Amino acid sequence: MSWLVGAPVILPLAVAALLFVLQGRREAQRVISTASTALLVTLSAILLYRVSEGGILVAQFGEWRAPFGISFVADHLSAIMVVITGVMAVATAVYALRDIDPDREALGYHPLFQVLLAGINGAFLTGDLFNMYVWFEVLLIASFVLLTLGNRREQLEGGIKYVAVNLVSSLVFLGAIGLVYGVTGTLNMADLAIRLPQAPGGLVSVIAMLFMVAFGIKAALFPLFFWLPASYHTPPQAIAAIFAGMLTKVGVYALIRVFTLLFVHDVAYTHTILLWIAGFTMVTGVLGAAAQNDFRKILSFHIISQIGYMIMGLALYTPLALLGAVFYIVHHIIVKANLFLVAGIVRRYAGSFDLDRLGGLYRRAPFLSVLFLVPAFSLAGFPPLSGFWAKLVVVLAAADVGAWPIVAVALVVGLLTIYSMTKIWQAAFWSPLPDGVELAPRPSGLLYAPVIGLALLTLAIGFWSGPFLAVAEAAATELMDPTAYVRAVLGDAAAATIGRTP
Amino acid sequence: MNSLILRSATQLLLTILLLFSFFLMLRGHDLPGGGFIGGLVAAAAVALYAIAFGYRAAQAMLRISPRALVGWGLLAAVASGFLALLQGQAFLTGQWWIVELGGGAELKLSSPLLFDIGVYLVVVGTILTMLFALEER
Repeated sequence: MSWLVGAPVILPLAVAALLFVLQGRREAQRVISTASTALLVTLSAILLYRVSEGGILVAQFGEWRAPFGISFVADHLSAIMVVITGVMAVATAVYALRDIDPDREALGYHPLFQVLLAGINGAFLTGDLFNMYVWFEVLLIASFVLLTLGNRREQLEGGIKYVAVNLVSSLVFLGAIGLVYGVTGTLNMADLAIRLPQAPGGLVSVIAMLFMVAFGIKAALFPLFFWLPASYHTPPQAIAAIFAGMLTKVGVYALIRVFTLLFVHDVAYTHTILLWIAGFTMVTGVLGAAAQNDFRKILSFHIISQIGYMIMGLALYTPLALLGAVFYIVHHIIVKANLFLVAGIVRRYAGSFDLDRLGGLYRRAPFLSVLFLVPAFSLAGFPPLSGFWAKLVVVLAAADVGAWPIVAVALVVGLLTIYSMTKIWQAAFWSPLPDGVELAPRPSGLLYAPVIGLALLTLAIGFWSGPFLAVAEAAATELMDPTAYVRAVLGDAAAATIGRTP
Repeated sequence: MNSLILRSATQLLLTILLLFSFFLMLRGHDLPGGGFIGGLVAAAAVALYAIAFGYRAAQAMLRISPRALVGWGLLAAVASGFLALLQGQAFLTGQWWIVELGGGAELKLSSPLLFDIGVYLVVVGTILTMLFALEER
């Protein structure tokens, strides 16, 4: 079964290689790239099914045994993330068929998109810290090129900020990896779960903080988020959507992984810091959004505020809170990417993202207005949409442990999110068209397909939240007790030594 | 650059450099060398040719676009991993085929070799893509 664990990475890599060879044959590239994402989501779904039926799956590349070789581990959290990557891949690949211009395709959009997918899935599945660094670099390089493809001035400006800050993050990450190896002599995460508790606590806390900074930059946490709104409004919408959906979530995933599996020696210290960061992230993100007047910049700032909710779930570190964090990630990826895709269609109509130059879309395109309302209301947390359940679970988890200040912050930020969404609604859809602006005819139906699909998924998560919550609960249970993870990678004897001091 | 000495020397050196790059690549399994360094030497050989005869001549000599080389190299590297799957082993597990050449000599072919050839092609392709892009400016 081990090939299945590697499949979500190997498939996009192989397709990327094929697409490089087919460079210049646009139609073939479009067909293969789009079809492969359908295969990717199918394989990922099978992987999640197998994991939920038979427990954690492990692959050892080259048949080098753990902890010496590189392990790929698919537990519930990894499998969920891989499935949602597949869903996003299909949605943005279909959207890209009408959104990415032939120039960008000639420059290599299709192979780079596949490399990006391989990097994201690699980061989700690997069970080795250094290998995770490698996948972070793969996705960073691919995303940097995708961001600047087309060479427009604002793209380069955003791209340089993006890559400079992310390289700092990589550097901190690499330094932290070096320290971990120096302290424990291993980088296999399951092995580390056994050995880190035996290391001096103060030193481990320092290393934990380095990881928090490195992944905090990737996840756009307060106060390290500034690269995100500086760059996410520059590329075409198909690229911005997969960035907005997936890239910060790779950082969130990495934080959840290391702060449940590796750094749980002093939860009262590390996770309290995370809770403060979560609160500040929510507030600064939502206030930043309120100050913006550009469709995409508002959405970019809202990524930041929503990341705060996920980190809040992690910081509370109870089964319910982690369940909420996992559920929140899934809900948010779908909703946020969808809003970026809707913004792209709005621009086709009105030729701008500037809210002052938008208007009258409700009269002209009522269906699009509904398609905007579903993810917008879900993001703001209106019952019974997916965002309501996500917010409800993390807030309940906070109330359970009596963390009332963060409950208050979460609720106020939710209100301000409604303000931002109604601002877009008011300016772009409800208010009359400003003078001198002409609306273009309805854009291609193919652009609507992924938006409709993601909106239906949002509704499905809202109305039939049971199965989704059950999978998230399974993920949370595994995260709270790493024994199963260690046993799957290293065997029974090693798992028995968890938490034992030498 | 229009220099008779450079052109004459390049025609000789090109062959030697390319042969040396293959040698480095094949040597790399147990000794210093490998696909990466071999690819760099091969790219240097083509770069020398481009300096002596102009980059259009170098492109014509290559016959294949450097980007396609990157693609074929990646394909070779990924394919070397799939060979193990066909044997029912984990992805990337090394596969060996030993060919008897008679007289006690044997030729060891392996999936790591295929992987290294892939790396070689990717490096040549990447460096030449950059080089030609700079030349076109």
